[in-house]
Amino acid sequence: MRSQFRSVKLPLILMTVPFFALVLLFSYVPLFGWLMAFQDYFPGSPILGQNFVGLRHFERILADEQFMLALRNTLVLSFLSLITSPAPMLLALLLNEIRKLWFRKFVQTVSSFPNFISWIIVYSIFFSFFSIDEGAFNRLLLDLGLISTPKDVLADSGFAWYFQTLVGMWKGLGWGAIIYLAALSGIDQELYEAARVDGASRFHEALHISLPGMMPTFVVLFILGIGNLLAGGGFEQMFTFMNPMVMDKLENLDTYTYKIGLQGLSFSYATAVGVMKSIVSILLLIAANAISKRVNGRSIL
Amino acid sequence: MMKESASYRVFSAFNYIALGLLALVTCYPFYFILIYSLSDPALVVGNPSFLLPRDFSLVNYIEIFKKNDLTGPVTISLGRTVFGTLLTLIGCAMLAFGLTKKATPLRKPMYITVVMTMYINAGLIPNYILMYELNLLNTFWIYIIPGMINAFFLVLIKTYFEQLPPELEEAAIMEGASYFTVFWRIALPLSKPIMATITIFAAVGQWNNWMDNLLYNTRQELMTLQLMLLRFLQSQSYSLRDAALLQAAQDTLAITPTSLRMSITVLVVIPVFLVYPFLQRYFVKGIMIGAVKG
Repeated sequence: MRSQFRSVKLPLILMTVPFFALVLLFSYVPLFGWLMAFQDYFPGSPILGQNFVGLRHFERILADEQFMLALRNTLVLSFLSLITSPAPMLLALLLNEIRKLWFRKFVQTVSSFPNFISWIIVYSIFFSFFSIDEGAFNRLLLDLGLISTPKDVLADSGFAWYFQTLVGMWKGLGWGAIIYLAALSGIDQELYEAARVDGASRFHEALHISLPGMMPTFVVLFILGIGNLLAGGGFEQMFTFMNPMVMDKLENLDTYTYKIGLQGLSFSYATAVGVMKSIVSILLLIAANAISKRVNGRSIL
Repeated sequence: MMKESASYRVFSAFNYIALGLLALVTCYPFYFILIYSLSDPALVVGNPSFLLPRDFSLVNYIEIFKKNDLTGPVTISLGRTVFGTLLTLIGCAMLAFGLTKKATPLRKPMYITVVMTMYINAGLIPNYILMYELNLLNTFWIYIIPGMINAFFLVLIKTYFEQLPPELEEAAIMEGASYFTVFWRIALPLSKPIMATITIFAAVGQWNNWMDNLLYNTRQELMTLQLMLLRFLQSQSYSLRDAALLQAAQDTLAITPTSLRMSITVLVVIPVFLVYPFLQRYFVKGIMIGAVKG
C-alpha cells in the first residue's frame, strides 16, 4: 500500500498541486482585492487592516464627469462593434461562394493574419499610413492631387470612433470569418442538394440554408458581445491609438481605470470602477442570455 | 454542371474583386513597411516607395544590430518567449496529465476551477496589488510565472491525453513504474503533435505580450521589444523628441527615425509570420475542440 502511494498518489499530487496553487494564487486570490473598493486602501498594510469606508467610492463614480465620458465612449465603441458584428458572417458567406479553392484559401489565410500580431504592430502599421508627417496615405493623396494639405486622421476627434471601428475590423474580420466557415462546413450537404432539386438559385441557398446555419454561432457571439458592452474596444487598442487629440473619444473604462489607478494611484476608486464594470457585465450577459432564450430558445449559459 | 443565372455570374465577378481587395488591404501594409525598411533611408524619407525598395539596402538592419539600445529589449523578448514557453509547456502538461488520472484527489473540482479562470478576471488594480505584495513588480519573473498555467492550453492537452491508449500506461504502472516515469517516458513522447501546437501558441503569446511590461515593469533593463516600439512610436507621434532611440537614430546619420521604426516593426512581425502557417492550421482545430468541450 505504501509503495502504491509512492508510485501513484504522490507523483500525481506533486504534478498537480503546485501548478494548481499557481492558478489559485494568480486568478482567485486577486478577487479578495475587490475589498479595496470598500476601503481607503493604502499599500503596505494587510488588506483586512485597512480603513473601511462603505460605498463611498461607488457614490463618487456617479458624480465623476470623467467617468461618465469614459462610459459614453465605451458604450459608443461597443455599440459600433455590435453593429459591425455581422461582417465576419457576411465574409464567410462570400468566401463560401468562391469555387476556386486556392483563391479562397489565400484570402482566408491573408486576411486572418492581423489577428495574430500585437496591437502595437497594428498601431505601427496605421501610423505608417496615416500619420501626418510621413504617412503613405497622405503622400498618395497629395501626389494624386486629391487633397492640398495632409490630413491627420489619427488625431481627428470627430472621426475617431469610426476609425477605431475600422481598425478593429482590419484586425479581426478575417479571423472572425473562420469561425463561421467552420459552422458552414457543418451544414448537411443534402440540404443544398434538395434545394437544387427544387430549383433554388444560389442566392436562395445562401439566404435559406447557409445563413440560418450560421445563426446559432452568431447568436452566441452576439450574447457574448453584449456581455462585453463595457469593454469598449478593450484596453490595448485604445491605449495604443490614444493621443491628446482623440482622448475625449477613445478613453474607455479600461484606460480610465489604468489612468486613475496606476497613474493617479487612487487604488480604491479605480477598483470600485473595475468592480462595477465586472458586476454590470455579468448582469448584461445574464440578461442577454435570458432574452435570447425567450425569443429563439437559444442559451449559452 | 449546374446552370448559373446571369445575375449570379455578375455577383461572382464582383465577389472575386471584393475579396481580392480585402486580401490586398490586409497584406499590402506589411509589404509597404518591408520595402521601406529595405530602401536607402535618405531616398524614402518624406517620399516613400509604393512598389519596390528604392536603392535596396540593409543599412537599417545593420545599424539596429550595431546599436546597444536594442540588444536589451531583444534579449528580454527572446528570453521571455523561450523560458515562458518552456515553463508553460511543462506546467500545463503536468497539470493536465494529473487531471486525467482517477487516482488524483479532487481532480474534477480542480479542473473546473482552472477552466473557470477563462471567465474570471479580478481586474487591473487587484492584480497589480497582488504582484506588489508578492514582490514581483520589476522582475523578469512577472513575464513567466503568473501566466504559466493557461486554461485554454490545459483543455487542449488534457483532451489529447484522454485519447491516448491506456494499455501502455497500465502495463508500466503494473511493473512498478511511477507516474513521473509514465508522464516523461510514455505520455509526453506520444503527445508530440499537441505539444508542438501549444509551443507555437505560447511562444506567439509571449512574443506579442506587452501589457505585463506596461503595467508591472518600469525598469529599462526589463523593457520588451514590443513596448519599446510603442514608446518609440509615441515619441514620434507626440513630437516628444526625447526618446533614447530617437536620439540614437539621430546620432547615426545613415538612418532616419522612420526607417528605424519600419525596420523594428518588421523584426517584431517576422517571427510571427514564420510560424503563422502552423499557427493558423492548429488554431482552427483548437477552436473546434474548445467549442465542443466548452
